[in-house]
Formats: sequence, C-alpha cells, structure tokens
Amino acid sequence: MIEIKNVNVSFKSEIQKKIFGSERVQVLHDISINIPEGRCLGILGESGSGKSTMGRVICGLLKPDSGEILLNGVSVYNSRTGKKNLQKKLSVVFQDYTTSANPRFRIKDVLMEGVRAKERKGKKVKDINSELERLLILVGLDSSYLNRFPHELSGGQLQRVCIARAVACEPEIILFDEAISSLDAHTQVQIMDLLLELKDKLNLTYVFITHDLTSVTYLCDDVMFLYKGRITDYQEVKNLSQTKDEYARKLLESIITYDSEETA
Amino acid sequence: MFRRFIKNKTAVGTVALVLIIAILGILAPVIAPNDPYKTDIINKFASFSWQYPFGTDNLGRCILSRMLYGIRPTLGLAVLTMLGTIGLGALMGLLAGYFRGIIEEVIMRVVDVMLSFPSQVMVFAVVALLGINVQNVILANVFIKWAWYARMIRTGVMQYRERNFIQFSRCVGTPERFILIRHLIPSIAADLAVLSSLDVGWAIINISTLSFLGLGVQAPTPEWGAMLNEAKNVLTSNPTQMIIPGIAIVILVSAFNLMGDALRDVLDPKEVAE
Ligand SMILES: Nc1ncnc2c1ncn2[C@@H]1O[C@H](COP(=O)(O)OP(=O)(O)OP(=O)(O)O)[C@@H](O)[C@H]1O
Ligand SMILES: [Mg+2]
Repeated sequence: MIEIKNVNVSFKSEIQKKIFGSERVQVLHDISINIPEGRCLGILGESGSGKSTMGRVICGLLKPDSGEILLNGVSVYNSRTGKKNLQKKLSVVFQDYTTSANPRFRIKDVLMEGVRAKERKGKKVKDINSELERLLILVGLDSSYLNRFPHELSGGQLQRVCIARAVACEPEIILFDEAISSLDAHTQVQIMDLLLELKDKLNLTYVFITHDLTSVTYLCDDVMFLYKGRITDYQEVKNLSQTKDEYARKLLESIITYDSEETA
Repeated sequence: MFRRFIKNKTAVGTVALVLIIAILGILAPVIAPNDPYKTDIINKFASFSWQYPFGTDNLGRCILSRMLYGIRPTLGLAVLTMLGTIGLGALMGLLAGYFRGIIEEVIMRVVDVMLSFPSQVMVFAVVALLGINVQNVILANVFIKWAWYARMIRTGVMQYRERNFIQFSRCVGTPERFILIRHLIPSIAADLAVLSSLDVGWAIINISTLSFLGLGVQAPTPEWGAMLNEAKNVLTSNPTQMIIPGIAIVILVSAFNLMGDALRDVLDPKEVAE
C-alpha cells in the first residue's frame, strides 16, 4: 500500500564549523520499505534513532531530501493530488499529546475535526452527538468528557482522545507515534485489543512506532528495527526469535532478562 | 470564556471603566454643563462651583466640559491608531508566516529596518514631514508601530504551525481556511489582545505628548494633552487646571494596562479562576 523508496532525510546542524555554514546531519539513511495493506508494521528503535522523523515523512509533513513515498503507486510529494490522496487515507496519533489538541477546543471540538474529515470523504454522519459518544466509549471514556478542555484531562485520557480522533476520520492507514507508551500497562492492552478489533473490522493498515518490543509482539505483524537512521533488520514478528541482526538480538535479550528479573 | 470574564474582577472593572469613559465621551454634547469653547474672562481661574464643577481655566472655559469633549480625540484617536496598527501588522505578519519564501523575506527585512529606528524620533520626523495635523499623527504612529505586530504575529504563526494539533489538521486534509480561522487566529489573538490593550495606553500617552508639544491636536480643540500644555503656564497659580487632565490620563492609561494583564488571564483557558 505504501512504498518507501531510498528515503534520505537530513537536518541543518546546530553546530556549524563556519559562520553561515550549511552542514547537515543525516537522520535517515536510504530507507526503503514496503507496507502492505491490512498489516501492522512496527518500527522499533531507541530514542533519537529517527522514528518520529520517519513518521513525519510517511504522514506527508516532511519532504525527504531524496527518495520517494508511493501510495498505491502514486508519489505523495511530487504532486498536489498525491498529497490530497494521502490526506484522505491517512490519520495519525502523535507522540507528544500535550500539543496534540488545541488548548482552546473542548474535547467535542477536538473530536469534531476527525468527524469532519470523515464527512469530507462523503461518509454521512447522521447524529453527531451519538457519534462523538461512540468514539469516546471506544477508547474507554464517557460522554461526560465532551465539554471539558484538554488541560482538564490526564495525559493518558488526552492521548486516548487523540486516538479516538484518529479513528474518527475512518482512515485506511493510521500511524501511531508512541501513542500508547504513556499509558499504564492495563490500558495499553485495552487499547491494543481495540486497535486489533478495528483493524479486522475495517481492514486497516497500521504503522506502529514504539520503543517497546512487547507491544510490538502483541500488535504487529512485521517489525522493522531502526538504529541510528538505518534499517538493521526487517522481520515478521513470528520469526523474531530467529533474527540474526545484532541490535535486534540485543533488544530481545534485554527484554527477556528484564522479564525474568521481574518474576524473580 | 464569558464566565471567566465575569469572575475576573480586574477585567470587569477596567473594561467597565473604559466603557464608561467612552460613553461619557460620546454623550459629551448632552451631559457637558457648558460649551467647551465659550470663554468667560470674568470667571477665569474660578474654583469649584455649581456652574463650573471643576472650575475654569486661564480663559474662563469650563474644565469639566473640556474634559468631557476631550475624551473623543484622546481615546478615539488612540483606539483608531491601534486598529490601524493591528490591521496592518496582522496582515503583514500572517502573510509572512503563512506563505514563507520570498514574501516573508521582503516583509521581514522591511520590518527589521522599521524596528531599527528610534520610534519617538520617527514620529517627530513623519509629523514634521507631512505637516502638523491629527491624521498625520495617527499615520506616524501606525507607521512606526506596525512592525512590532508583524514580527510578533509571524512568530506566533510559525510557532503554532509546528504544534501537533495543526500538524494533525494538515495530515487529515482540514481546509486551510479552518486551520487559519479556528486554530491559528484564536491562538494568536490572546497574545494580541494583551499586547494591544497595553499599547492603547502607549498610544494615549503618545498622542497626548504630541499634543502637549503642539504637534498633535491643535489649540482650541479640547484634548487632554493639549489641555496640559495650556495649563503649564499657570501651573503655580491654578494647579487644578493641570491636575485634572493629568490624573485623568494616568487613570485611563492605568486602566488599559491593568486590562491587558486581566485579559491575558481571561483568554488563557488554563487560568481557571476557581
Ligand atoms: N526539526 C529538527 N531539526 C533538527 N534535528 C532534528 C529535528 N527533528 C529531529 N531531529 C534529530 O533527528 C534525530 C531523530 O529524531 P526523532 O524525533 O525521529 O527520534 P525518535 O526516534 O522519534 O526518538 P524518540 O524515541 O525519543 O521519540 C534526533 O537526533 C534529532 O535530534
Ligand atoms: Mg519520537
């Protein structure tokens, strides 16, 4: 469904050897990957490895220095229609939930933006209020939150509202950038169950960015390891234990030791 | 928003005070006890009386009536100046912040040039160049002040564009119009309201200063700054003539400054005054 071809991204470096220099730090190196329809791709990597940057490239928010993103064979960054196409199909939950909702909006307005995106696709919403309520119940909240402001919610509640907003658009692809990392273990499982259910029901494609291997094994079909801006391994989750890649092994082992420590 | 406004005593108080003063100014012809231009040489420097509640000035004109009539040029011109400044500044700032590229470069370089002039000197220069006249005073004030607003608004636009809620809107294809009207402008408007109510105070002082120096509103027209100018010659013999417009200016300017602070609390959704 989405094809990423030889993408390179660099940012202007803060430290320049010369005044007015234009040295750049490369953040993503020659990334190529294919995200098939109806599957969930996990992107795993440590902090600063370029996961969010890659997410922004996929969302159409950051034009890569070189390389191409193809959505069903149409380039996203080369034409207006390509981008329009992507906007119709994709929705996103960002890592930083504190700025994800306009602080001047009530929760119902926040969700309305998603509902409006759905309406733009020609899907009629008959009863707005029950639709908003349905969305909140979906993520384990209730309609009493509709009239609150974002700052009156806890971080986890707000993140769930953001997930509800992403789902409200009824997209085909949803990108989660550490969307559930800020939630407690119990809610994480609850949300992941919900996501799996939605995925089956609506045949969604997920891109799931995280640094937590356990949630990847729970939710994803494929996993991609990102280390310092390079793909070090790409595997189906069920073959994960056979990975030969050093970095992936290290991650796997660290989780296993962590788990055994906990049970001990 | 409205409930928060009612709860904030400073906001209600200052807005009410400014409104009352504005209404007094509008109703001046009805409520003023005397003709502000009528001289009464026999009664000059009269002290408080029923006929002249605040006494009379060096030409025997009723000070209260002149104060009331003076509200229009004092407050009106200041508000007009601010509207002009914000209008021009907002337009330029939005253009620069929104379209980027060459438009931004041009606007911001002009802004840089504007900001590098000392503002008071610029006002004098513009007034001297265009002639002493009220319109020119306003023009000069708008001319030197818009750059501040343009810069502030551009910074605001750029800062909020990067916020995730706007990035989300972009991602799902929300129309640019919605992003601008519902996300960007309200976010910036709060900062703008604070700055502009502080700046109305500045404009009042500036216009009064120019009038005091004889560069703004001209002699017989009642304006608070011009009244101070007339009063300065009789400072020792008839201090009330000086004290009344002086105090009035201080009160009005303070009201606007306090209003700026209070508005910030009201417009910030996180400042819930429980
Ligand atoms: N706008 C930017 N300008 C300059 N450098 C940037 C910018 N955005 C990201 N970077 C750099 O790119 C690298 C990757 O950042 P990114 O946000 O993608 O990391 P991440 O994998 O999402 O990390 P985390 O798990 O902490 O969220 C970092 O070294 C960061 O400093
Ligand atoms: Mg990140």
